[in-house]
Amino acid sequence: MKVLLQHLAHCRSGDKGNTSNISVIAYAPEFYPYLKEQLTADRFKSHYTGVVTGKVTRHDVDGLQALNFVAEGALGGGVSRSLCLDNYGKSLSAGVLSFELEIPEALRPQLRGMKEP
Amino acid sequence: MKKIVRIGAGSAWWGDRIEPARWNAERGDLDYLCFETMAEATVSAAQVRKRRDPSFPGYDTYLDDRMQAVLPGCIKRGTRIVTNQGWINPDAAAERIVHWLKKLGAKGIKVAAINGSLITDRVLQLTDKILENGKPTSSLADSLVSAEVYLGAEPIVAALKQGAQIVVSGRVADPSLFMAPMMVEFGWDALDHARLGAGNGLGHLMECGAQVTGGYFPDPGFKDVPEPWNLAFPIVEVEEDGSAVLTKVSGCGGAVNLMTVKEQMLYEVHDPANYITPDVVVDFTTSKLEQVGPDRVRITNISGKPRTPTLKVSIGCTEGFIGEDMFFYAGPGALRRAQLAKTILEERFKVVKLDAEEVRVDFLGLNAIHGAMTPKDAPEPYEIAVRVAARTKTREEAIKVGREVDGMAVSGVGMTGKRVPHQDRTREIIGVWSSLVPREKIVPSINFFES
Repeated sequence: MKVLLQHLAHCRSGDKGNTSNISVIAYAPEFYPYLKEQLTADRFKSHYTGVVTGKVTRHDVDGLQALNFVAEGALGGGVSRSLCLDNYGKSLSAGVLSFELEIPEALRPQLRGMKEP
Repeated sequence: MKKIVRIGAGSAWWGDRIEPARWNAERGDLDYLCFETMAEATVSAAQVRKRRDPSFPGYDTYLDDRMQAVLPGCIKRGTRIVTNQGWINPDAAAERIVHWLKKLGAKGIKVAAINGSLITDRVLQLTDKILENGKPTSSLADSLVSAEVYLGAEPIVAALKQGAQIVVSGRVADPSLFMAPMMVEFGWDALDHARLGAGNGLGHLMECGAQVTGGYFPDPGFKDVPEPWNLAFPIVEVEEDGSAVLTKVSGCGGAVNLMTVKEQMLYEVHDPANYITPDVVVDFTTSKLEQVGPDRVRITNISGKPRTPTLKVSIGCTEGFIGEDMFFYAGPGALRRAQLAKTILEERFKVVKLDAEEVRVDFLGLNAIHGAMTPKDAPEPYEIAVRVAARTKTREEAIKVGREVDGMAVSGVGMTGKRVPHQDRTREIIGVWSSLVPREKIVPSINFFES
């Protein structure tokens, strides 16, 4: 089944200069392999097309079932120079919630925030 | 019985809420209460303000509020305070704290001020390259406002060991503020990277206050926390080996769970195996988390690697101005009117020869936050604010943005909503660059005051 990332993982973004780090943390350990396999650094960068202008590096933290994306050139030149209303990019992590993944139907009962059919 | 040190957070930034700090002081049964009050540009902004307003004392503008809220509780319990509220004038902050101690009738309390983080006058001699772009730091000579080193925990440890009940500093790395008490209480050596890795990792979890107790976190239906209007600041109970339980005072909202701790653990971290601080290089990838009770998460196995031979320097520079304003549309067709308004503005900026490095016109409600990644098929909102911003070299150019938005009142699109009166619609940009300085070139000093 196809599912939006928001049902599998939660996120937080932080700023340092012109770089944003966006963590993607699995709600359940069972979800983590699918995140790891499908949310590659390249796909992450394409998902943020027009916002992330530089390199994207993915750091895997298996012990926390978390991926940490370091996105360079994501903050419009840096917090103080940015013309973006959200110049810290605090809401930037929400963008990845709409990334689409393919997971086995069997995981459906564990998904978070799904409306009852 | 195992010795446990209880350390609480009092703030995570300058504008943070005051009440949770009071709760920690009064109900947290704390050995230490630590305050982090700076952002990257805080010191530079304080320098600019001092230049314009010589009466500005140069320390946290909320120092009075924070101290009035926590001193009674801290004095009663004997809780020691560590804070970086000194900004560009730790001595004056210490004197002000002494003033409040005297008002409360607390006599003989030692307050230490830590100086030495400010190196504006010698930064160009001490540093060579800008980390972000590899250019020489000397290229910043004409625009330099302020430069400060991120100090580590050592000067705070020294001040506490010399009997300070309250320590107020200028720039100190955020996690170090929280780790210094652990080093004092457990006698950790400054080169013991295993324990300092754990301690600094815990400091990192604490430095953003409510961000680990349910703040910057709730998402209805996905991540709910009870009473998010009633969040506490965190408390960490640390043991000698650097393992700990993270928790908060009872009788309030929020949550401490695996999700809040994981989010904060990776917050503003790049490589989780190599989180560089002045004291140690922290490795979060080895850490183990366990929910051991309601709002209690046990954290073990954060590890550390030897500290680097350099300290980070933050260099603030004047870099021009931003002009910004907005106006509004609502009802059917709001978006098409906003689009015409954008065209009109862009044409008028040509007429007034706006000289800008970048101009941005957003439709707030549609694409102002996520910009180019906004889905093409995003639904049209009922209301839209057109927000325009430009980055320019001079204030004269930045002012043109607001002037052309003024023009939209009678020379613009039908049914345009406007706000008056106008506040100042320009602001100065303080650009922040980083560099490294050899550790041994920086020698902090401690001044003691007493109530």
